[in-house]
Amino acid sequence: MSLNSIKKTCLLKRVIVRECRQLVSRPLYLFCMIIAPLFCYILFTTLMWNGLPTDLPVGVVDQDDSASSRMAIRNLDAFQQTKVVARFQDFAAARTAMQRGEIYGFFYIPEGTEEEAINGMQPRVSFYTNNTYLIAGSLLFRDMKTMSELVSGAVARETLYAKGFNERQAMAILQPIIIDTHALNNPWLNYSVYLCNTLLPGILMLLIFMVTVYSIGSEIKNGTAQEWLSESGDSIYIAMAGKLLPQTLIFFLMSISYNVYLYAFLDFPCNSGIMPMLMASFLMVLASQACGIVMIGTLTTLRLGLSFASLWGVISFSISGFTFPVMAMHPTLQALANLFPLRHYFLIYVDQALNGYDMAYSWKSYVALPLFVFLPFLIINKLKKALQTYQYIP
Amino acid sequence: MKRNNISLRGQISQGIKDSFTIWKEEMVKTFHDQGMLIFFILVPLVYPLVYSFIYTEEVVRDVPVVAVDMSDSSLSREFLRKVDATPDVKIVSHCTDLEEAKELMKEQKAYGTIYIPDDFTDKLVRMEQSPISIFCDMSGLLYYKSLLLSATEVSLEMNKDIKIERAGNFTERQDEITAMPIEYTDVAMFNPQNGFASFLIPAVLVLIIQQTLLLGIGLSVGTAREKNIFKDLVPISRHYNGTFRIVFGKSLCYFFVYAVMSTYILCIVPKIFSLPQIGDLFTLLLFMLPYIFACIFFSMTMSAAIKNRETCMLIFVFTSVPLLFLSGISWPGSAIPPFWKAFSYIFPSTFGINGFVRINSMGAELHDVEWEYGALWIQCGIYFITTCIVYRWQIIRSRKHAIKAHLEEKRLRSLQADKTAGTIEAL
Repeated sequence: MSLNSIKKTCLLKRVIVRECRQLVSRPLYLFCMIIAPLFCYILFTTLMWNGLPTDLPVGVVDQDDSASSRMAIRNLDAFQQTKVVARFQDFAAARTAMQRGEIYGFFYIPEGTEEEAINGMQPRVSFYTNNTYLIAGSLLFRDMKTMSELVSGAVARETLYAKGFNERQAMAILQPIIIDTHALNNPWLNYSVYLCNTLLPGILMLLIFMVTVYSIGSEIKNGTAQEWLSESGDSIYIAMAGKLLPQTLIFFLMSISYNVYLYAFLDFPCNSGIMPMLMASFLMVLASQACGIVMIGTLTTLRLGLSFASLWGVISFSISGFTFPVMAMHPTLQALANLFPLRHYFLIYVDQALNGYDMAYSWKSYVALPLFVFLPFLIINKLKKALQTYQYIP
Repeated sequence: MKRNNISLRGQISQGIKDSFTIWKEEMVKTFHDQGMLIFFILVPLVYPLVYSFIYTEEVVRDVPVVAVDMSDSSLSREFLRKVDATPDVKIVSHCTDLEEAKELMKEQKAYGTIYIPDDFTDKLVRMEQSPISIFCDMSGLLYYKSLLLSATEVSLEMNKDIKIERAGNFTERQDEITAMPIEYTDVAMFNPQNGFASFLIPAVLVLIIQQTLLLGIGLSVGTAREKNIFKDLVPISRHYNGTFRIVFGKSLCYFFVYAVMSTYILCIVPKIFSLPQIGDLFTLLLFMLPYIFACIFFSMTMSAAIKNRETCMLIFVFTSVPLLFLSGISWPGSAIPPFWKAFSYIFPSTFGINGFVRINSMGAELHDVEWEYGALWIQCGIYFITTCIVYRWQIIRSRKHAIKAHLEEKRLRSLQADKTAGTIEAL
């Protein structure tokens, strides 16, 4: 080892020790790096513990009050997702209950339905779902539609039985074509699987942005930046490495913890094995830290840097496309989505953990994440200058 | 005591004067602080636009799927043609087997596969049930929903035709009844096109009000502390003598700013992006009044924990995502576990979002949201009291600091005087 590199290692160690002292001395770091992520891991997973919301409250307006209508309501109640909580006299009362937030939808059976059906007069029943609540509305829609088909089928089935058909034949006559659905790798339609796999890294990523910007920006603001630089032998690279490596370690540990929690403890689908996900998480931590450096490097004022970090971090959740697909967004946004590490992480997750494809299929995202690490080199000189000369203006 | 000499009336009028002085100072501070302008004006102005831009399409159209038609009969082709014709699904490729289709899904050229087995028509002819399989990529539930709904819709439609053909009835009316003894209609209320923006954005808009207030007030408090020599929140000044004066004065300033910003966020933004807006304006204003005050007092209480200007951002920004989920807009409120439900009652946003969505998107009246409305007033009361306690405590602290500093100075002076006296004596 040359003398120069020994000296560099020495300096690096010194800066790392200095940074560790800072991390320990401020409770703010403990909160943002450990408590807040852990809190969110627990909050989101326990919030959606059942995977699918069960017993969504619905109402019925049964003006027919016949044997068939009562059977229909019992059937609706028997669906796992729905629970009939109230009966209403008329449409207006049901609508008001919906506006009061007591029910997410209701089933309307007008007077004389059974009689008309028997006499072949083709009566009409209807159901109303409140799609202001998208998840609840969609689930109810599914159950109520099935229900309506069943009610109609039940009447027809009785006629067919009377004509001497058996059940199999009757079903073949009533529903000649049936759709056999395969929800690949999430057959339970578990919302927790669908959301938590991206929400947890998203929260961690937002906090990495913030902490990186804060830890660099506060040196500038508090006027300790010059001391920090001179401790590192005036090398911006040593200064950055010394500051960020301890944080990388902590954040990587935090990402390991959610991976273990989701895939080993909660048994979420992980068809690729956990290693590719750990690698993706590690790359995401590095990419996010690099983004943080760029944020403070371009704006150099702590509050503007943090505003940038907040904007980027919060928009990530929407633009990564895990709730609303990127393909349905404006082309500008589709291009812009590539600048968000969470987008690439999400694509890797879908290919690897969810679907268990070969890593080769997600090569683009595996290349994109490390590319973020090179971004800081574009602004590193500006940042160094800021560290040396910047005066804080409140 | 000096205080007893002043009449009650004098005290009140002095209090009001002080309140207004504090209000004025806070206004000046707000509009001269770049950071506060960012949170109070820029963020509420820009964020709604960004979100609306992201979700501008509302729904997913033309989800790409592959078809594997092993039957290759007129009926199977009809099925595929009809699915392709639905607005939600687009068949991008026809493959000869499932393996090929799988490959296309792996390359993300398609998000679903429709598989029609080779005995599809035979089964129908034999009067057996004939299944069509669909395989969905579950990376996004909206893909699944589009494909499932379209395929089901088409199958129901074709079933109707098949039944009519088989029945061989004499009249069209009879045909209809054979196919469907009881008809049904589905009505999507309040968000008829099932749009993503109409569902999410109203909630985000309300949340923005609370979060920017938390950030802005936190920033203002952090600044006050940084500027204060004792790192205290309350400056030593004639006007900052009473708890109520400070709380009234400051909250009035924030209310003025947010009365304007909320009108923009909640009334104008939905109009610009033609989101559902069927609520009564007066009801809405009445409902927003306790929401804004609850947010202000909540923020003022929370801000006591802020020591530096920028720490508020690290602490408050990430909470936006959990708070949105806790409000019960995306994950249904009825499915939220009791513990988290109780936890969510701490935040004004929970009630604010639910109330606003019901008034704005569902046309509810004030008595329909009385639970939320009442809860917000209760929060106003509680957080007003906690704010007063926090500020009272801060006033006492800053007085103590001032007295301590004063005594210290006195001691130093007398020491110096002694020293001087000593020197003189020595001379």
